[in-house]
Amino acid sequence: MNAPAQTIVWPDRLFESLKRGNVAQVGYVPDAGHTRLIERCQADPDIHDVSLTTEEEGVALAAGAWLGGQRCALLMQSSGVGNCVNMLSLMRTCRFPMLMVVTMRGEWEEFNPWQVPMGGIVEPVLKLCEAEVYRAREPSEVEGIAQRAVQQAFGDERIVAVLLSQQLIGKKVWTK
Amino acid sequence: MSQGKLDRRAAMAALVADRGEDLLVVPGLGSTTWDLAAAGDNPKNFYSWGAMGGTAMIGLGLALAQPARRVAVITGDGEMLMGLGSLATIGIKRPPKLAVIVFDNGVYGETGMQPSHTQSGADLVGVARSCGFPVCLDVTDEAGLTDLAARLKGLRETLFARVAIAAEEPPRVLPIRDGAEIKRRFRAALGLNA
Repeated sequence: MNAPAQTIVWPDRLFESLKRGNVAQVGYVPDAGHTRLIERCQADPDIHDVSLTTEEEGVALAAGAWLGGQRCALLMQSSGVGNCVNMLSLMRTCRFPMLMVVTMRGEWEEFNPWQVPMGGIVEPVLKLCEAEVYRAREPSEVEGIAQRAVQQAFGDERIVAVLLSQQLIGKKVWTK
Repeated sequence: MSQGKLDRRAAMAALVADRGEDLLVVPGLGSTTWDLAAAGDNPKNFYSWGAMGGTAMIGLGLALAQPARRVAVITGDGEMLMGLGSLATIGIKRPPKLAVIVFDNGVYGETGMQPSHTQSGADLVGVARSCGFPVCLDVTDEAGLTDLAARLKGLRETLFARVAIAAEEPPRVLPIRDGAEIKRRFRAALGLNA
């Protein structure tokens, strides 16, 4: 943990998994933990990067993308999961694929107590929304989990969330 | 904003008349979905029975994925107000063949005609303009509607239009409501694996 940013490779592994999975749209609310992944998406001419005002917009974006034949991933912080709950009804009712990549707050070394209430209920909330939930705690786990999540979301047309533990992200990356 | 006079069913019919092969229509939940169904069923309609606040964003994802086709989001003022931030999001991407059209009657029709924020002055055209939509129209009469329908046919720039409709509740015309089937037939109509 707390490795210098240039030695952290898991965001690149995540990006490569999205590319191998032909993800062509990526919605996000700017997030420190997702900084490198967002930058990779912005730099890729074959990805529409969509900066959202709230995460819920990204759920509807993903539905529209799939209607038009493209795959969309949604990047967010754990607080954003709460913003998505009702819109996930759209994905469940219509069986749209939904790939969510969530950086966790409110757990390991959290300085801000306001992050704790939502961070602590992310997993049960997602499961109530019929999402398949995976959690990566170690850098070595990220690629395999991402690969499986991509296959499951778009192959089975269902909601899949990849949670990136706060311990994995490391406090130096998100505390500027 | 001024209270509308235009008939919602006639307005919808005018917008989707002779729609062509390339027009994809995303109505909002409730009245605009009934209006679109009343204008004639089409597999390239993505009817909505829920997802309030998400209609414009469904349109954005679709427009980015299908840049050669025209996409018309046609929703109500209450639905648009719930997703107002999406106008800022669309204002960044500005897909040239996306139109966001809001039927504004100043009330929440589905829940009993309670006043919406547009009745107290919330200016949706002003919001869209400030969010960077290159074309913003306030349609209040037949001539404006004819102009909007023509612009929709030759859509080349991201367009926002408010259509001032009368606060009436015509008989409901209900389309299919199985979401998975609405999605399946929409994708099939685009030649995608259902």
